[in-house]
This record gives sequence, structure tokens and C-alpha cells, in this order.
Amino acid sequence: MKTKEPGMTLIVKTITRLTVGLILLYGIYIVTHGHVSPGGGFAGGVIIALSFIHLMLAFGKDLALKKLSRGAASFFESFGAIMFLTIGLLGFIGGYFFFNFFSKGKPFNLFSAGIIPLCNIAICLKVGAGLFAVFVALILLEIPIRKE
Amino acid sequence: MFELYVLLLFMIIGAIIAVEIKDLLSSVVAVGAVGLGLSVAFLILKAPDLAITQLVVEILCLIILIRATIKRDIPSVNRRKEVINSVMALLFIGGFLFFAYLALKDLPSFGHPIMRVSQNYLAEGLKKTGATNLVASVILDFRAYDTLGEATILFTAVIGVLTVLRRIGRKRVDEVAKEEDEYEN
Repeated sequence: MKTKEPGMTLIVKTITRLTVGLILLYGIYIVTHGHVSPGGGFAGGVIIALSFIHLMLAFGKDLALKKLSRGAASFFESFGAIMFLTIGLLGFIGGYFFFNFFSKGKPFNLFSAGIIPLCNIAICLKVGAGLFAVFVALILLEIPIRKE
Repeated sequence: MFELYVLLLFMIIGAIIAVEIKDLLSSVVAVGAVGLGLSVAFLILKAPDLAITQLVVEILCLIILIRATIKRDIPSVNRRKEVINSVMALLFIGGFLFFAYLALKDLPSFGHPIMRVSQNYLAEGLKKTGATNLVASVILDFRAYDTLGEATILFTAVIGVLTVLRRIGRKRVDEVAKEEDEYEN
């Protein structure tokens, strides 16, 4: 199964080159508009991870790992978790855990709803990077098949 | 509600196919069909947030499963006819359905009346949080503590997977396998 160029055929590569940016943009849209329209941090994070997985399936693991390495994925995952916890702890400014301490803004605006967009971004970083790391770990795993 | 029952029937058939079919790849595809049906069912029940999440997670799981199973040769399980097991399973399912019927009969019907807690959220969600998506306002403001727990669970799961599959633990297995090969040769 070793070919000269890693990844799939030319057709798949061309289509991937066209679509992968759109998938990434759609994920970012879902995350940032999570408080206005359906969606949110979890779904958007998974879509962003899927765009990188798409890249990895089409072009092989080297190119995808160049865009987002395993160490970077681990870093973003931990960063997202700590960011979410920090937002919760900052609520003690106003009085209690996860207090909505920002200004609410006008409804239906992009910058509204206080801490909710920030929480969405934190969860997106955590979920996307975590699922990508799991996928990379599963791809790089090569179980030696035991002969019987 | 008619299309919902059609979808449920489709999902049940898909699940039975996924369990019963011999080919591993076809089984994975049948699981994917069930997940797609569930996503459409969420859309019919007017839960677009859940539909998006279900669809996306289903695709991710499907890719991982196909990637994991497509080149593996997993021997099929030899099934013997075990009459007692089947009879016991049927008995338990029958008993479960009977008591579930007794218990679920007294529940209020689907969606009516709205529960007290959610009435409060629906009335004051927009005013208190400023978020027009009420699901987001519940999971990230009113119930953010639950979301923190869920995030912690996912974090722990990812750390666990990365720990189990890390390279240091694998090398030893490779070396052992190689040594066995050398002995055989």
C-alpha cells in the first residue's frame, strides 16, 4: 500500500483544496454565532476538527500535522479547558461561580450575551483540539497483528 | 408525527442490520444510517442544536470507525444456538416493556404542559443572559456548572486515550512481536 505520494487520488485532492477552507469557515461561524442561532461550541469545535481530519485523509498525515501538530493540539486543548475554568472563576467578581459579568449588549448582535460567546470559544478550542488529538493518536497507532 | 414513526422504523431496521450483518464495513455504514435518521428526527422535533451536534459527531465517529476497521481482519464470532440465553433475554425485555408501560402511562404527554423550571427559563432567559439562542443561555449560563463537568469528562477521556496509545507503551509490544517472529523463523 505504499505509493510515492501520500494521500488519495488527484480528484479527491482537488476537491479537498476547494472545500476544506469552507468547512473551517463554517465551523468558525457556528462557534461565534452560537448564542444567536443554533450551534455552539461543541458542534463548531467538531466541525473545525473535521476540516483538519479531511485534510489528513486526503493529503496524508504529514501535511495535516504540519498545519496543526500534535503538541499544538494538546496545547490548545489544555488552553481551552483553563480558559473555560478561568471564565467561571472570574464570575466571583460579581458574586458567584459563572456569573455573567460582561455587559449583555443588544439581543441578536454578534457581541452580546456577556460571557456566553467566550465560553463557546473555549469549548470549541477544547473539543476541536481534543478530538483531533484522539484521531491522530488512533491513526498513528499500528497494532501488530498477532499470528496464530 | 407520521414521518417521525417512519424514521423510527427506519432506525430500528438499520440497527438490526448493523447487529446481524457479517461484513464489518457494512455494519459501520448501517450505524451511520441510524445516526443520520436520529439527526433528522431531532430536526422534526424542532431541536436544531441537537441535530447539528448529532450529525457532526456521527460523521466523526463514522470516519474513525471506518478508518479503524477497513484494513483490519477481524474474525467473525462463532455463534452457537443458545436457547436459554435467548429465552431469558426475551423474558427480560417483556418484563421491562410491561413495567415501562405501567410507569410511563402517567407521564404528561410530549411537550404539554411545559415544566415549571423551563417555564422560568423561557420567560426570563433573554432578559437575564441576552442570548437569543435559549439552548446556549441554558447550557452556558444557567447550567454552566454542568457544562464544566462535561468538559472535564471530555478532557479526562482525551488524556486517557493519549496515555493508552502513546508511543512508549507501544514500542515494547513491537519488540516482543519481532522477537517472537525471530524465534519462529
